[in-house]
Amino acid sequence: MSSPKRPEAAQAYWQENLRLMLILLAIWFFISFGCGILFVEQLNAIQFFGFPLGFWFAQQGSIFGFLGLIAFYVWKMNQLDRKHDFHED
Amino acid sequence: MDTQTLIYLFVGATFALYIGIAIYTRAGSTSEYYVASKGVHPVLNGMATGADWMSAASFISMAGIISFVGLDGSVYLMGWTGGYVLLAMCLAPYLRKFGKFTVPDFIGARYYSSTARLVAVICVIFISFTYVAGQMRGVGIVFSRYLEVDINTGVIIGMAIVFFYSVLGGMKGITYTQVAQYCVMMFAYMVPAIFLSMMLTGNPIPQLGFGSTVLGSDTYLLDKLNGLGTELGFNIYTDGTKSTIDVFFITMALMVGTAGLPHVIVRFFTTPTVRDARKSAAWALLFIAILYTTAPALAAFARTNLLTSIPGVSYAEVPSWFKTWEKAGLVAWLDKNDDGKIQYGPGAPFAGAPTFDKAPGEHGERQVTNAPTPAATELYVDRDIMVLANPEIANLPGWVVALIAAGGLAAALSTAAGLLLVISTSISHDLLKSTLMPKISEKQELLAARVAAAVAVVVAGIFGIYPPAFVAQVVAFAFGLAAASFFPAIVLGIFSKRANKQGAIAGMIVGLTFTFAYIVYFKFINPSLDNAQHWWFGISPEGIGTLGMIFNVIVTYVVSMITAPPPAQIQELIEDIRIPRGAGAAIAH
Repeated sequence: MSSPKRPEAAQAYWQENLRLMLILLAIWFFISFGCGILFVEQLNAIQFFGFPLGFWFAQQGSIFGFLGLIAFYVWKMNQLDRKHDFHED
Repeated sequence: MDTQTLIYLFVGATFALYIGIAIYTRAGSTSEYYVASKGVHPVLNGMATGADWMSAASFISMAGIISFVGLDGSVYLMGWTGGYVLLAMCLAPYLRKFGKFTVPDFIGARYYSSTARLVAVICVIFISFTYVAGQMRGVGIVFSRYLEVDINTGVIIGMAIVFFYSVLGGMKGITYTQVAQYCVMMFAYMVPAIFLSMMLTGNPIPQLGFGSTVLGSDTYLLDKLNGLGTELGFNIYTDGTKSTIDVFFITMALMVGTAGLPHVIVRFFTTPTVRDARKSAAWALLFIAILYTTAPALAAFARTNLLTSIPGVSYAEVPSWFKTWEKAGLVAWLDKNDDGKIQYGPGAPFAGAPTFDKAPGEHGERQVTNAPTPAATELYVDRDIMVLANPEIANLPGWVVALIAAGGLAAALSTAAGLLLVISTSISHDLLKSTLMPKISEKQELLAARVAAAVAVVVAGIFGIYPPAFVAQVVAFAFGLAAASFFPAIVLGIFSKRANKQGAIAGMIVGLTFTFAYIVYFKFINPSLDNAQHWWFGISPEGIGTLGMIFNVIVTYVVSMITAPPPAQIQELIEDIRIPRGAGAAIAH
């Protein structure tokens, strides 16, 4: 195992990576544990198309959200790799 | 052709396909056997992960469970998909960069300790065996329902197929058979769902039909379902009955457990680059989400069909699917008030699963010999028929029934194969090569892997034929233990440079022991106390892995802080896995 050649760049890359990850995980927590569990009763009072909103988040919305989060993460990380010149090939 | 012939044809054709793929992609080296030479395209890896992940339980049972519990069923939907977010962001890219073959490899190297590796190996084997026993049973059940052989013969046929392609093909063979299995099972799941959605709402996309109005009226499907249920005395479908804290903890345990399950993690060792590992997590979730967003729709459709076509109907006039599944023993009716009509309501009509008398009852129904309960309900419905009976309910032709049989087998076989590979790898690579006999050659290691896989298939088959009474109850084990043991050790190993050997070992042991003890206490030692009054903070054994994980993290942190930090080369290793460049091909060893 070789240590990264440019420690400052590695540090900056890692900090940005952490920030992105924490923001995305906060959204992850909000749409599933927040909307689908903790506030499900309050949200169920709101009608969203044919669904009570809380129920929709718990059974469909959160899954669509997870997909969006990973897709965004993949796209953003590829950018980050290039920006800091840590991309492969 | 009649339906039975079609079933033999479909199942036979898919088996031939899997075996063909296994022969074509057989593994010649340990790298091919363990991680398919790290040459799997991210889209294909995503599909394989999907098949690996979605078991007989996801395919057959999940929609049925949701159908009966409504909102409370969301724990499975969120729990079994949300874990992929954690996998994609916290584990997959870093473990791929690390570049070896197994989870214990990582734990052993990162915590510079063969003790830590051994603890990890024991967890891997225990978790995987727990899981695989249920899969073999699933194979047997599908066989017995559709192919008119008994469950044991079914298990043996299933063993022979899995044996063939996992022993021969290793990870490479399994990956490409799983891709085929994914296609078979998704096709089988979606066709009846699309037809049911059109039948009930006129919308061909089940995810949208779920939120549409019922065909020929202005009422939303879910409102109609809530109304039908309330009339019969059931809880409101879109409201929960479980306590919020329990739902929270179960969902978290399932999510974290998903991200910590070794047969899922190892799939991310097979991609060519770190970038592909991330991409492949996204594809995996997409392929899984297709089934997981259809399941709740299917659950609502099936529930609506059940509640509109059965309660209050006299036995002489029930739809034909009712009698088909009564014959199979999955539906039963006990005429408590002697009016010849089927009363349906909350509670169970009699204790346990139905046992039938030889002589038919007064109305020609199969007479049940179980002792009736005081509840007014007269109907027993096995949850699995909510998926299995759909083709008949939707009046679909025989080939769709055949498709469901092939799909159920694909779901069970693909998961079983993935688990067996993990078990064989743990024994040949982690236990023999890395711990007990480091001098064996690659050829011997490969042979050991194959022998271990063969033994594991046989053991799994025996569990399938003689299921330990607790098989159904120990699924909580697999997730809870994965959540309480691996997940914190791996994540802390990547994100903290301070976490050291002593901390990780202590943390894993505490998390594991606590979770294990809590589940064993409530499930086996004192099952009569297994209710919310006696649970800690109202957390059920299904959700206790979350607390185990929290304990693991705290113990790891505290012990790491009071002992020496990891040596310099480990700090370098951590810095190295944090950046993607230089992942390269599989590291020879």
